[in-house]
Amino acid sequence: MTADTVQTFVANAERHHATVHRVARDEVAATVAESVDPPAVGVRLPWDLALPDSVATDPTPSELDAANTGVTAASLAVADYGTVVLESDAAGSESVSLFPERHVAVVRAGDVVPGMREAVGRLGDRLRDGASAVLATGPSATADMGELVIGAHGPREVEVVVVEGGDDE
Amino acid sequence: MSKPDSRAEKAARIAHLLETEGDAVAENTRGFNFARYDATEDLDDYEALKREARAIKEDAIERLPELLDDLRGAVEYRGGHLYVAEDAADANAYVSEVVDGANVVKSKSMTTEELELNEALEADGAHVTETDLGEWVLQLADEAPSHIVGPAIHKSREGIADLFAETFDLGDDERPETAEELTRFARERLLAEIREADVGVTGANFLTADSGSMALVTSEGNARKTVVVPDTHVAVAGVEKVVPTVEDLAPFVELIGRSGTGQDVTSYVSLFTPPTPSPPVDFDDADTPMAEPGTAAGDGASEPHPDREFHLVLVDNGRLAMREDEDLKETLYCIRCGACSNSCGNFQSVGGHAFGGETYSGGIATGWEAGVEGLDTAAEFNDLCTGCTRCVPACPVEIDIPWINTVVRDRVNRGADPGTFDPLVEGLTPDDEPAGLDPAKRLFGNFETLARLGSATAPLSNWGATLGPVRAAMDRWLGVARERELPAFERETLVDWFESRGGPRVSEGMARREAVLYPDVYTNHVAVDRGRAAVRTLEALGVRVTVPASAAVGSGRAPLSQGMIETARGKAERCVDALLPAVDAGRDVVVIEPSDLAAFDREYDRLVRDDDAERLAANSYEVLEYVFGLLENGADPGGLTAGDGEAVAYHAHCQQRTLGLEGHTVAVLDRLGYDVTTSETECCGMAGSFGYKSEYYALSMDVGEPLVEQFGDAGRVLASGTSCGEQLDALLGEPAEHPVEAVAPE
Repeated sequence: MTADTVQTFVANAERHHATVHRVARDEVAATVAESVDPPAVGVRLPWDLALPDSVATDPTPSELDAANTGVTAASLAVADYGTVVLESDAAGSESVSLFPERHVAVVRAGDVVPGMREAVGRLGDRLRDGASAVLATGPSATADMGELVIGAHGPREVEVVVVEGGDDE
Repeated sequence: MSKPDSRAEKAARIAHLLETEGDAVAENTRGFNFARYDATEDLDDYEALKREARAIKEDAIERLPELLDDLRGAVEYRGGHLYVAEDAADANAYVSEVVDGANVVKSKSMTTEELELNEALEADGAHVTETDLGEWVLQLADEAPSHIVGPAIHKSREGIADLFAETFDLGDDERPETAEELTRFARERLLAEIREADVGVTGANFLTADSGSMALVTSEGNARKTVVVPDTHVAVAGVEKVVPTVEDLAPFVELIGRSGTGQDVTSYVSLFTPPTPSPPVDFDDADTPMAEPGTAAGDGASEPHPDREFHLVLVDNGRLAMREDEDLKETLYCIRCGACSNSCGNFQSVGGHAFGGETYSGGIATGWEAGVEGLDTAAEFNDLCTGCTRCVPACPVEIDIPWINTVVRDRVNRGADPGTFDPLVEGLTPDDEPAGLDPAKRLFGNFETLARLGSATAPLSNWGATLGPVRAAMDRWLGVARERELPAFERETLVDWFESRGGPRVSEGMARREAVLYPDVYTNHVAVDRGRAAVRTLEALGVRVTVPASAAVGSGRAPLSQGMIETARGKAERCVDALLPAVDAGRDVVVIEPSDLAAFDREYDRLVRDDDAERLAANSYEVLEYVFGLLENGADPGGLTAGDGEAVAYHAHCQQRTLGLEGHTVAVLDRLGYDVTTSETECCGMAGSFGYKSEYYALSMDVGEPLVEQFGDAGRVLASGTSCGEQLDALLGEPAEHPVEAVAPE
């Protein structure tokens, strides 16, 4: 994807109250380490990327419940909306991205697509194969208590780590 | 026979809701509605997106049986179960068997409200907790949703704080007060319930037949927890929610949040293909890793988790019959975004507890309730649609909601008890409607007859109508609000005036264009001044104007607003016969009353032959739209009255705005040097006969309140519609002028 697409993603994610870090592959672990509020749980990243030791993988329900931060991968991002696409998997990414008050999502720059139409287009075959995904934009929110409140059942804070300079670009 | 008691009861109920829920509903719906304008403006091609969304729903409903087969194949292939329930009892019995008295957490689902699923499960020994914050508040308060998207929008923050304190017996020091504290309190309480849950019940905004996936559009994250924590997931949705493919979701994802709450996208659009691969979160075994240790992101991402169970319950409950009903069918295209409620003047004032049935509320509710619950339920609130059409451009799937309301009103009229024949009203207003029709509807539907009598007997008729005993009788027998000033009929009609001054003044040879000024009933009999002003204005711009007596017939708009479709059809045919010869002779049709133009433009293709409707609509213009066109094409505005910087406040008629014609009036006034402020409200609240009815008078005035706030200090107020003018007169104490009266030559 072009640098402009990533730039658009950053602007729109920030508009939706997320924080974005653009880093090289070898900076990912350090950036994640700085982004977590311990205790942190996470799901091992694909793409040969390591998580810092401060993030406990293979969490139990108790650890999930106690964690302040959850770290997961995102398979896609949507520039026009600042959205990250979080796929469900056997490793428990759905729960890890949802329960803790802060969610840190790691996405490759090459997986940032311009619009919702491209994202849904890519998800077509994935869903027909049986995948599940959530298009997540910013933190959870509610307006049911009389005014807009950030953070309802899901995270109050969202940080996105965009990994640049890989083979995928 | 009239029903004075039920009118009084209805008025009292509305007054109570205005008092107790009106402020919260007004603030929230208007907030959503203004946000919708901003959010849809950002879309590159909003109209094309709406057309695409509609086409997908049209196709899906057309092919529904085939798509249901495909969906069943996809769900069962993954080991899930699909059950099509005939009615509420059938659906509830199926879900009860799955739940088997266990702990249930639910995310928001209007379909389960329709089924009264919670009550059924609880009767079977289950413990049910709503996890959407708004729904939970209602569950604690034992109230029904008042809005399909924001179920508790009628509740204030203070009211929720009191409810929590009372329900959980909280001392002063533990009582949450701010929205933040209330949210946190709810989150913690609900998380405790979610941890204990055995079954999660969700709705589904969309289902994709090709993959067996469901889309859930949410912001809180409770639906995700409901799906991921317990090992059993039951999704309940109407059969109409199926679309062919995942790719078909694209326009809806872009439209639904924008249309509903004015968000460009909600925090979460979940696309679950259940049973999902996520391991359940078993808090009974809280110290064992959820997943197989060592697994990474993406592992087994397309395999259902072996411990998961999934049931999709698709509910018919009248929907498949609606699919066969040419008029109610469009209701099935509805994506439940709530835009029709938010854009509705009456809904903004009184909310879904008045403007709704057993489950659904707002404009589209009439279609849902008529199809799902039956005409009697729909009849209870159907009158609250004034036909102002402000919901029409708001609907992301282009449903003609006012037409559905008109059709249901017609069916309600026809279902009325024929034993309640009232010879007085029947004699006054013969029409094609059934004997039991509500006398007030019959009166307003036959305004044309009344106006002809009124002019013929003026001023006596006007004097008689002001007498106390006459007003009391009108109130008692016809339900005409005593507070309303009645229209004063002119002895000399516009047609008479035009003839007596000698017909057209611009010669055929000198004419820039030739036009027929349509002498609508109101202009002809009551607001003759604006008719004279229109003639003078057009002549000053070189138009050869005629006002033929043959065209002095009602457009059918008045009976249509009462649901008297056959009467309207007769009038429409007569009107077409009167106006089309002029069109065939190359003349334009100029219309003063926006609701009549809207009838030609939006409704005649349902009442008269398609090609007649098209020809009339294509050659008809709103009077200031026509003036705008003349000026744009070089006509000299010198003969018109200039504004010289004078400040004017302008309220466009709701139907004129729906037709996209507000801007023409503003542009003409601007060009003539007026300093124009336009009204921000969706509707003045009068919307034709609505505000005359005694049971709705207070509501009508409440809807007009924002106009008082905005225009209260304005020196000169202009309004395009008759009813708007009357409402502004009642609200501001000064009659509003038609813009053409401002610009007409001295």
